[in-house]
Amino acid sequence: MNIHEYQAKQVFAKYDVPVPKGIMVESVDAAVEAAKELGGPVWVVKAQIHAGGRGLGGGVKLAKTLDEVRELADEILGMTLVTHQTDAAGKLVQKLYIEDGADIKDEFYLSVVLDRKLEMPLIMASTEGGMNIEDVAENTPEKIITIPVDPAIGFQGFHGRKLAFGLGITDKAEQKKIISFAQKLFKLYMENDAEMIEINPLVRTGSGDFIALDGKMGFDNSALGRQPQIAEMRDFSEEDADEVEAAKYGLSYVALDGEIGCMVNGAGLAMGTMDTINHMGGTPANFLDVGGSANAETVAKGFEIILKNPNVKAIFVNIFGGIVRCDRIANGIIEATKITDVNVPVIVRLDGTNAPEAAIILKNANISNLIVGDDLGDGAAKAVAAAKGN
Amino acid sequence: MSILVNKDTKVIVQGFTGKEGTFHAEQCLAYGTKIVGGVTPNKGGQVHLGQPVFNTVAEAVKTTGATVSMIFVPPAFVGDAVMEAAEAGIELAVIITEGAPVKDMQMAKAHATKHGMKTLGPNCPGIITAEECKIGIMPGMIFKKGNVGLISKSGTLTYEGTNQVVQAGYGITTAIGIGGDPIIGLSYNQILPMFEADPDTKCIVMIGEIGGDLEIQAAKLIKEQITKPVVAFIAGQTAPKGKTMGHAGAIVSGSAGTAKEKMEALEAAGVKVVVSPADIGKAVAEMMAKI
Repeated sequence: MNIHEYQAKQVFAKYDVPVPKGIMVESVDAAVEAAKELGGPVWVVKAQIHAGGRGLGGGVKLAKTLDEVRELADEILGMTLVTHQTDAAGKLVQKLYIEDGADIKDEFYLSVVLDRKLEMPLIMASTEGGMNIEDVAENTPEKIITIPVDPAIGFQGFHGRKLAFGLGITDKAEQKKIISFAQKLFKLYMENDAEMIEINPLVRTGSGDFIALDGKMGFDNSALGRQPQIAEMRDFSEEDADEVEAAKYGLSYVALDGEIGCMVNGAGLAMGTMDTINHMGGTPANFLDVGGSANAETVAKGFEIILKNPNVKAIFVNIFGGIVRCDRIANGIIEATKITDVNVPVIVRLDGTNAPEAAIILKNANISNLIVGDDLGDGAAKAVAAAKGN
Repeated sequence: MSILVNKDTKVIVQGFTGKEGTFHAEQCLAYGTKIVGGVTPNKGGQVHLGQPVFNTVAEAVKTTGATVSMIFVPPAFVGDAVMEAAEAGIELAVIITEGAPVKDMQMAKAHATKHGMKTLGPNCPGIITAEECKIGIMPGMIFKKGNVGLISKSGTLTYEGTNQVVQAGYGITTAIGIGGDPIIGLSYNQILPMFEADPDTKCIVMIGEIGGDLEIQAAKLIKEQITKPVVAFIAGQTAPKGKTMGHAGAIVSGSAGTAKEKMEALEAAGVKVVVSPADIGKAVAEMMAKI
């Protein structure tokens, strides 16, 4: 789960990680009021969306007067931002963060992420702040410092020294400040079950202070149950409505732009099914994993969500039952044909637990546009043919 | 022969009396797995599915001599359960539970390693030595005995891959689902050498997916150490960039961890890479015919 910049900064502030003062607003008038309250003399008007690269996309701008705040708020609020981290359709800006301008001397990059190979958190830092960090990694990898921190020992002095010296910070007072900054950041990473924290840029001010000018945070979904304050920050309007609806039923759904609706159990087999369709000359309309506890109701819901997509010309149900019982899926398919108008051919391949029972259930139901696939290859081929009208 | 588990392996179940634990332990017993007891705190002394229940793993190990634990406890307690097993002297913990917090798994895995305990999973279907021992949730009836070893990140692709092998007229020595979470236990690079050393395994099927670089590391190891033929499939060739496809592990970020990159690395290591799981059976038959 991701949160907005303004929310990340609330978390930072709770741990005394220095951030500029700011106020989140949802209207132009509120933006001007917020600017007045902050006092100026300069403000930054920032689009709040769950994606990086907002500045380059025109979603972050500097205002020197209250009139400029109004103008910029009016311009940015309601715009659709397309950045290198959004898809081509971009994201609608529904919230703004009005923030005090900072006295920037230089810009750094600082993040904490999980290093899967080392199986521990990794602090990454660079003197090349304010740039696209992917480009820095590609072009000048030597400018990125990496510091793995074993959670069993926590953030130690040597981690901090490696960071300060690595960033070329020589002033002793400044060294202390950057080390304390990183230490707090690591603490909040661990205590909040974060998956990723990224600050780009982290700035050094003229007076030698370090401030998080930006803040991105992502969290481990599996830990949200024990992080209620974080879970509350979830902004559903930033997520795909169909994906959210599907998740309520234990379905994992991602819309794609092809023609064959897919309903599969397990993420791996679901991707494998999409790959197979693709290699046979078809195009998948979605990824849909019905999960391990699929029943008639969830399958029917899956059909409903798949059929909302007008591009769908055929549906391929591919189930290899382990925990999932094929007879339940079969009943779900029958249920779906009763409550939704399934007006496209449905190719069904059911294998594994209770597959013979499922075959009998489907046969007896006598559904006209239902085609049986003998195995993955056969089912995919029939789905591709059906989508082409054959 | 087989790897890691066989008909003599003594297994306990952590989370034995819960709904999931009970259902799957029953299936494992029916398959022939030597489940010798289970652990549920405060239910020690009871008998469940004909086996003794203990309050702690240490007691269970001491009394039954179990070396493997199958873990079904709820997600929030997985880390605790794994660490308890490690300190009790369990040699292999098979973690089936889905949704364990990543932070807990970092701690638990480090602790397991410190105590010399191997782990599998979490969020995996488990391990099965065909017709001998099933520790997990896979449909046992599809696993016919034979000479193909199988490793997969994905649960259902473990079944699909096995089905392909069996339909092609071959069978399985041991099949293992390693799980696709950010932190997992045994992975390709620990399991591939075990298959290499197992005289009954003649061919290896390796199933991966997008995200992370375990398959790239595996390609390096295969090139250097594996002489047996390997057939591989990588799921997610058509997955869009930046989207999570269900598994926490299946995240494509930038160029790292794409299916294409992994397929190329494996091909360069001499692996027979197929573009669809539907082609696994044919590829295995081709490899087996050459032996």
